[in-house]
Amino acid sequence: MANNSFVKFENVQKSYDGETLVVKDLNLEIPKGEFLTMLGPSGSGKTTCLMMLAGFETATQGIISLGGNPINNIPPHKRGIGMVFQNYALFPHMTVYENLSFPLEVRKLPKRIREEKIKRALDMVQMNEFGNRRPAQLSGGQQQRIALARSLVFEPELVLMDEPLGALDKQLREHMQYEIKHLHEKLGVTVVYVTHDQTEALTMSDRVAVFNDGVIQQLASPPNLYEKPENAFVAQFIGENNKIIAQVVDVKGSVVTAKTLKGNLLKSKKVNCDTVGSKTTLSIRPERINVGVKGENTSEAEVLELIYIGDHIRCRMNVEGDENFIVKIPNAKKVSNLKIGLKTKVSWATDDCRALDRLA
Amino acid sequence: MQASQNKKNEQMLTSDGIPLKKKLSKSLFRSRLRAFGLVTPLLLLISIGFVFPILVFLTRGIYNDTFEKYMVNLTPVLAEWNGISEPTEEMFEALVLDLVWLKETKNIGKVASRMNREMSGSRSLFTSSARKAKKLEAPYKESLIKVKKKWGDLETWRAMKVTSHSLTPVFLASALDMKYTAEGSFIQKSEDRRIHVKLFIRTLEISLIVVIAGLILGYPVAFLLANLPIRISNLLLILVLLPFWTSLLVRTTAWIAMLQGQGVLNDLFVVFGIATDEDRFTLIYNKAGTLISMTHILLPFMILPIYSVMKTIPPSYVRAAKSMGATNWTAFWRIYFPQTIPGIGAGAILVFILAISFYITPALVGGQDGTMISNFIDYHMRKSLNWSLAAAMGGVLLVIILFLYWIYDRVVGIDNMKLG
Repeated sequence: MANNSFVKFENVQKSYDGETLVVKDLNLEIPKGEFLTMLGPSGSGKTTCLMMLAGFETATQGIISLGGNPINNIPPHKRGIGMVFQNYALFPHMTVYENLSFPLEVRKLPKRIREEKIKRALDMVQMNEFGNRRPAQLSGGQQQRIALARSLVFEPELVLMDEPLGALDKQLREHMQYEIKHLHEKLGVTVVYVTHDQTEALTMSDRVAVFNDGVIQQLASPPNLYEKPENAFVAQFIGENNKIIAQVVDVKGSVVTAKTLKGNLLKSKKVNCDTVGSKTTLSIRPERINVGVKGENTSEAEVLELIYIGDHIRCRMNVEGDENFIVKIPNAKKVSNLKIGLKTKVSWATDDCRALDRLA
Repeated sequence: MQASQNKKNEQMLTSDGIPLKKKLSKSLFRSRLRAFGLVTPLLLLISIGFVFPILVFLTRGIYNDTFEKYMVNLTPVLAEWNGISEPTEEMFEALVLDLVWLKETKNIGKVASRMNREMSGSRSLFTSSARKAKKLEAPYKESLIKVKKKWGDLETWRAMKVTSHSLTPVFLASALDMKYTAEGSFIQKSEDRRIHVKLFIRTLEISLIVVIAGLILGYPVAFLLANLPIRISNLLLILVLLPFWTSLLVRTTAWIAMLQGQGVLNDLFVVFGIATDEDRFTLIYNKAGTLISMTHILLPFMILPIYSVMKTIPPSYVRAAKSMGATNWTAFWRIYFPQTIPGIGAGAILVFILAISFYITPALVGGQDGTMISNFIDYHMRKSLNWSLAAAMGGVLLVIILFLYWIYDRVVGIDNMKLG
């Protein structure tokens, strides 16, 4: 068993109706102990992948292996994979203790060992006093913790989580993100996590697989995903992003020169744009733009709207004909110079601007 | 104390100076009145057309004043009699007076049939004596015994004494195969005359079997309905509901066509060699016929509550159980099934209560050993015209149902029931 492919998807395809593919030719290797997040909009195939791994959906084509063994024909209850569901799926007719005891009982563990493991699992999520409660008597965050403890109590090597924090409010969600992350670091268990929340994905994961249209658009660590999106979809889906449509006029090494609709020539890093003459999307993060100064790339701009956020000012500008060009300006003294209607300049480094594929 | 209360009240004023509590109850009163107004028509209909007549009729089971009303002279005299000593001349005189008056007012028939229920054969005793009563002369005791020897029997007088009480447990006792004597004690009727208790037990037995059979047949159907894609399950649901749109009578007669000796089912048995042509199964006009057709008719009442409860159970529970290592059976039995119990409870009690008072179906297909208590109540209502006994039997049935309902509440819990 190669250590770098504990879970392996090989050419996996999935179709529900025999006409369209929900998952198109998926290849993915997950090393042991990794926290991998499948991120994507709804309908992108991420949950289907998770369900195929859990065994609740069968792959139409391809091989899924776990620890080197193909598991396509192994029923879910023999896979030994822990799972946390979107709505926790805590059994309502059982107490917290009985819920945790269930996976151990079906494994026919003796009572003494069961008690020990349940206690340890409840300690792990700081819920030891709640053993006799029923799920309905717990708050959302508490239920979430119990679901987590239940998926870990039988010590699986792989835990799947299907949008487990979706039902929690913002503050609790952030808190639980850190808790799950720490738990993962402590236990060293492999986690496959599904979410549509990009902040969640960036916060928690070792690697993120961005899904769209049944295909992994990019598989990378969070910093790489944010800094170096490989295509326009990823750039747009992860974080905020300004797009300038331009025509490629020159390609020199890794630098692309492109001409905007207004005739301005802009330089940017080549990522996946085509040859000279084709159209491209230039992508710049709002926080990488300087206002009022000239730089490697400079463009005329007009302030259209100023929104006070607190730590920064969100400034909507008209740049190269795009009226939704956003610039994030740190809240410092010079901000007070900005007024709506002010005509100024914006500039950015060539390295911060990426020439991506033409977005439809 | 008073001061603090005042202070409290002072704090709780609305903006226009009226105490908050007063204002609140006033505004609530209006909405309650409106809600009550909405249900009033139905409430009136139910109380006038349903609750009141039932209560009035049920009182017949313990109250029958036929004797007291018409035997005006005899009733007070009988009340004084101890029921053991020889009837006195005074009692005979009162009897003759009443008989004469009954003959004149043509009410003798009512009293005679009332007496006949207490002591069979006393109808003719009363009617024939009344015909001659006008000519009788004192001493009435001797002349009356001369007309009918039975007047000399102590039993006749005892029966009259029992009947003279309007508020009486006679009918209730009779509904439970017992006899209420003049001394005020209950004795069991002779073995060959005990039928009611046996019938009550059979009614409970049939109802219970129908519930269990319905559960066994209905649970998988409900499961299927709840788990199929919505388009197919809606179609199947219509098939389940279809019998509801057909008359009960039609469905029962359909079963006659199916089950009778020369019926569809027996023909098939002969074709497949399960039965010979000469020796066909008796599937109808017995308990089997009642059970088969009642199970079929009541099946939707079992399926629907279970279905509606199953519909609310998300599939993630069973999936979660499986992900934790439970086999299909364990996941079903320990996770899915317990969550369907409210539906089972609702379906079972619904079917049981409907089954226990089933009437048309056992009357048509039940034959001798497939009749139920309701058929007997009907017999006393329409054939024997012993309404008091019918009321007493109905009362006993009602008490049994309430008792079972109470047990159900203790064991399963009424709150644990879900109809949808």
